[in-house]
Amino acid sequence: MAEKVLMKGNEAIAEAAILAGCRHYFGYPITPQTEIAAYMAKRMPKIGGTFLQAESEIAAINMVYGVSATGKRVMTSSSSPGISLKGEGLSYLAGADLPALVVNVQRGGPGLGGIQPSQSDYFQATKGGAHGDFHMLVLAPASVQEMAELTVKGFALADKYRMTAMILADGTMGQMMEPVSLDFAVGEAVEKPWATNGTKLSRPHNIINSLILKPERLEELNFERYERYAKIKETEVMYEEYMMEDAEICVVAFGIAARVSKNAINEARAKGIKVGLIRPITLWPFPEKAIAAAAEKVKKFISVELSMGQMIEDVRLAVNGKAPVTLCNRTGGMIPAPEQVLAAITEAAK
Amino acid sequence: MVVFDKPHALTDAPLHYCPGCTHGIVHRLVAEVIDELGIEGRTIGIAPVGCSVMSYDYFNCDMIEAAHGRAPAVATGVKRSDPENIVFTYQGDGDLASIGMAETVHSAARNENITIIFINNAIYGMTGGQMAPTSLPGQVTQTSPYGRDTAHCGFPIKVCELLSSLDGPEYLERVAVNNVKNVKNAKKAIKKAFENQVNGKGFSLVEVLSTCPTNWGMTPKRALEWIDEKMIPYYPLGVYKDRSAEK
Repeated sequence: MAEKVLMKGNEAIAEAAILAGCRHYFGYPITPQTEIAAYMAKRMPKIGGTFLQAESEIAAINMVYGVSATGKRVMTSSSSPGISLKGEGLSYLAGADLPALVVNVQRGGPGLGGIQPSQSDYFQATKGGAHGDFHMLVLAPASVQEMAELTVKGFALADKYRMTAMILADGTMGQMMEPVSLDFAVGEAVEKPWATNGTKLSRPHNIINSLILKPERLEELNFERYERYAKIKETEVMYEEYMMEDAEICVVAFGIAARVSKNAINEARAKGIKVGLIRPITLWPFPEKAIAAAAEKVKKFISVELSMGQMIEDVRLAVNGKAPVTLCNRTGGMIPAPEQVLAAITEAAK
Repeated sequence: MVVFDKPHALTDAPLHYCPGCTHGIVHRLVAEVIDELGIEGRTIGIAPVGCSVMSYDYFNCDMIEAAHGRAPAVATGVKRSDPENIVFTYQGDGDLASIGMAETVHSAARNENITIIFINNAIYGMTGGQMAPTSLPGQVTQTSPYGRDTAHCGFPIKVCELLSSLDGPEYLERVAVNNVKNVKNAKKAIKKAFENQVNGKGFSLVEVLSTCPTNWGMTPKRALEWIDEKMIPYYPLGVYKDRSAEK
């Protein structure tokens, strides 16, 4: 068993990124994720890497675009309002099929919102995040350990599928401290023959581009991209099932909401209520098959979220009318207490 | 004996530019410099959004198409990825001096070791002739149909003068390509801007006063004269910063 170190979630992301071979980080200060930038500012110069504080979120994501175009692993991180600014770059990364890791440590919105934890960027993250037909891989950690593991996984998936992987965390995950083991396999580097790192006069020039003026060709490329997405939906879905074997009520929750829900489920079980949890780890691709399978035997679903109810739409699509789906939520930076979730479970059990 | 040949750094793709547009001249100058410095194999060009958006098809080196105004940020990423690479951006006035002003100013302030070729033709060409940040007072465009009214939408931005107030940039020069003498000077400036990068000196920007006969509503010949008559008096040619020369 590898030695564990006590780390903040944000620091675990930063250190895991370095372990994954990321040597370029660009960011702009915003609460509650600034520890990532601070960590990178300290570490990168010592390992021959680059930390650069950009003039804006827009510049930061475009610096990411530049490094990614040269074929190297690169990341940026921000929080909700900053991610909106990065939207342009996220769309261009998708259009140019460039891999990148982007971290969103969510805070309450809309607008400048607040600085307390939130999950209200679910729509933005899972439905594309900016203009055009595209998706990002969206990974939702529920512990500091997962903050690290999913960062490493995110880099690998991004390279494999030439797209952005987003860590969709929240302020709690970023700020909480837990013991972490940083001893995991990083995987092999992916060949990137498309990279614009100089022709060395030994090959035709490479072009990184998202401008496709012929609609027939743009349509073709979008179809090709969605074929890749279909493959991802088949092979890369990750979720955790907890006490689902005999469950009659299924709570669906991710991140901090899933941790709160587990506590409530344990208490409900103690009272004899057959309740379990499906915790999506990938939000896109969403574990729709697991939820559809559960809908064959579960009588009621409860979506627990730190938003006005965003993931619940995907839960309902997967349940497909086979059982009622209700929302148990707090928003604006508030976190549901286990008692609130327990009350929702108790109500559903009536 | 070959007395005139196409630079190796240019592809065989036919340019899409309008008759009389000077983008073709500037493309050629950039390509000649890349050839002369022998850097094509390690050069990465960043295309903007605007008329020269498709310049990625025209330069033989590796090319990246950036979002509107973001070329200096993309160039920063490329350069920081491998400082041995030579990185240039090729941007118009809307791209560089309007939507991308923050990226321009901050890459200059950081003295990012990149080369920027800035085409100032005082208009948005690709979208059909709207007012640019560099459109002259009184200039008629699609979005200033009664002439640019400075009381309503302010004054043009003089990029070289603006950036010269910063401590960061290594080299700033404004040139024009409307006659043989000016083209020769433009070539010298572009070469210096690339040499500076090769020698690790830092941020070098060459502002090139260029024509847009189509959207200016002029013949190509008249457009060349308009640069002398209207643009150069407002945008004087010359070196605005040369830190190495100052030392």
